[in-house]
Amino acid sequence: MTSILLPASHEFETQDIFVNMGPQHPSTHGVFRMVLEIDGEVVRDVLPYIGYLHRGAEKLCETMDYRQGIGFMDRTEYLAAFNAELSYVMAVEALAGIDVPERAQWIRMILCELNRLSSHFMFLGAFGVDVGVLGTSFTYAFRERENIFDLFEEICGDRMMYAYFRVGGLAWEVTDNFVTRVNQVLGMARQGIADLDGLLTQNEIFQARTRGIGHIPAADAIDWGMSGPSLRASGVALDVRRDEPYLFYPQVKFDVITGTNGDVYDRYLCRLREMHESIKIVEQCLQNLQPGPIVPERMSRLLRTPPGEVYIRTEAPRGEYGVYMVSNGGNRPWRCKVRSACLSNLQALRDMTVGHYVSDAVLILGSIDIVLSEVDR
Amino acid sequence: MTTAEFLGIEMPVLLEAFIKVNIVVLAMTVVVMGLIYGERKIIGRFQMRMGPTRTGPFGILQSIADAIKLVGKEDLRPRGADPWIFELSIYFIFVPVFVGFVVVPFAIGWEIRALELGLLYLLATSSVSGLGFAFAGWASDNRYAMLGGLRAVAQGVAYEIPLVVTLLAVAMLSSSLNLGEIMAGQASVPNIVWQPLGFIMFYIAMLAELNRAPFDIAVGESETAGGPHIEFSGIRWSMFQLAEYAHLWIMSIVGSAIFLGGSAWPFGEELGTGYQLLLMGVKSAILIFIAMWTRASMPRLRIDQLMGFAWKVLMPLAFAQVLINGFVIVYDLPLVLLTVQGVAGIALLNWAIQRAVARPAGRPGMAAWAGTSEAATS
Repeated sequence: MTSILLPASHEFETQDIFVNMGPQHPSTHGVFRMVLEIDGEVVRDVLPYIGYLHRGAEKLCETMDYRQGIGFMDRTEYLAAFNAELSYVMAVEALAGIDVPERAQWIRMILCELNRLSSHFMFLGAFGVDVGVLGTSFTYAFRERENIFDLFEEICGDRMMYAYFRVGGLAWEVTDNFVTRVNQVLGMARQGIADLDGLLTQNEIFQARTRGIGHIPAADAIDWGMSGPSLRASGVALDVRRDEPYLFYPQVKFDVITGTNGDVYDRYLCRLREMHESIKIVEQCLQNLQPGPIVPERMSRLLRTPPGEVYIRTEAPRGEYGVYMVSNGGNRPWRCKVRSACLSNLQALRDMTVGHYVSDAVLILGSIDIVLSEVDR
Repeated sequence: MTTAEFLGIEMPVLLEAFIKVNIVVLAMTVVVMGLIYGERKIIGRFQMRMGPTRTGPFGILQSIADAIKLVGKEDLRPRGADPWIFELSIYFIFVPVFVGFVVVPFAIGWEIRALELGLLYLLATSSVSGLGFAFAGWASDNRYAMLGGLRAVAQGVAYEIPLVVTLLAVAMLSSSLNLGEIMAGQASVPNIVWQPLGFIMFYIAMLAELNRAPFDIAVGESETAGGPHIEFSGIRWSMFQLAEYAHLWIMSIVGSAIFLGGSAWPFGEELGTGYQLLLMGVKSAILIFIAMWTRASMPRLRIDQLMGFAWKVLMPLAFAQVLINGFVIVYDLPLVLLTVQGVAGIALLNWAIQRAVARPAGRPGMAAWAGTSEAATS
């Protein structure tokens, strides 16, 4: 006699369920939406949906003067706006053939590295919340981030959307106490990194949760076009600052941090250790900072570029932030394309996530450290 | 001491019970409000924040303000929800916690009813609340809620067993299941001295049973966005809160009564009831504080690690503890052996945890679907 409760094979027929995570979910870090196909607790498939924050920044740049486009670049990458501005400004400078004074370049380097620090602090805080420490890491990280933002506010009057880099140099001179303030901020940041390191890295649960999760081999990472710490965690020592130097990066000493396993833990550790390198770079920059002009002596009021095209890439906190610019002559770009590191890194999400638990999907997404405004632009 | 003796008057048993129950329920409501305020303040300090400051001095009226706000909220129920189960789930969560207070000894002789099988009664009632989470998760018609509800049940079942077995091991030493008697038996030495491993296992299992960090996978904010309570709002949600903190309080009292000597140690019997209540308050407050501390600083475990820890580590250790206790009692060996064994057991527990951490996890799905098209992606 066959049981009426169990089918003949004694196996229940099960069905995968779809869980819609986002665009409003605490751990999608913005308006990202992923539909998880789950079998019990295990993820079978991930369908990412992007585009909720698309504002057409690239197209808008084509309608405006070169100098007006800087503001849009801030908004494409609001956690590291200096780095985004830098790529854009350097692209215009390359097109127009403008030489930037030394002092301006050193200050650009300092601000970009400080911005990298603040962005990585944001990552550490948010990642801690993803792992589940109830916002303690968040408040630790935000304390340091606020210190850095206070400094930025003193310099350029804004905390996130700076518009301080200008074509040819900087908008205005930094404050008189710039060097002391930067040193002060660095000291606090060093303490903050140690605090977060102590809270998370050696914690048994943290290690159990992050090691071996979301592994991506180096070859796959390169195929997906990943860059930045997400790529370096897989063991590929690719850093635009070292391999294709810009500003004065060849003159400072720093290590390119790489991981070995390419899992979530390595991506976290890469960022953590990269922060120490950033501090090293800023300290060397401060030693090299000399008084001098911050804009070229002769700048025409109307900025026109000869026809041509240029692709400039820089190392932003999340990876390679590139600007491809085509000019037909005139005072506005014919085409301005932003190469977003986040978008490329996000491509690998499915490869990393499938086969892991639902809780890990949250962690893996967090470890890529996406900024949705950069993905969607 | 009965209430009648305390007041020096004769009264019917039912009336006496009624008065006692009311006193305990009122006290519980006040304590829960204090706990919620305390947790917000303490976690605030851990996170370098102030916590509530605006309502009254030091924000002390915050819980009252929250309660008024929650009562005033619109009564929402999702359209797809199963109305009966949705409503019932809340009662299944907080009634078991409330009835557990019947046997809780607040001081020597201060319980509503000193049941002979008090410990068994308490564990039996409090484990019913897992059913409530399953109901809430299922009836909400929300996939996060369902995921959270299923996690809560799996976790509840898994950690129930080490919890019960660990307490059973202590009951063997005290040769009683009456909570008051177990507590009074520790007037000279608290049980934690003989059962250090038991206490740690009890505390871990208690945190898991309460769905608190690092075992809060059911309500994990960053994954299931609140789990079973996701669709509950207003007064219904506040009932979840009430049950959660009342449960925390009850378990910390039980923990201090069974392991830390409750209000009997030190000098409990000589110094009177006021001192005993204070002693119990301090001990349970320490246990509650550690739970809040853990919540502020520990990441969350994953479901497989959580279940693996319960079944592979806690369960064998708990049963081994029962065997060893039985051996010591039957052959009348000195109790110091148990202390030595407990410390060795803690070392073993730590070793098991370190070993689990050292082995990175793989992809559980990959083995199951080997050869299928899904597995070909990586």
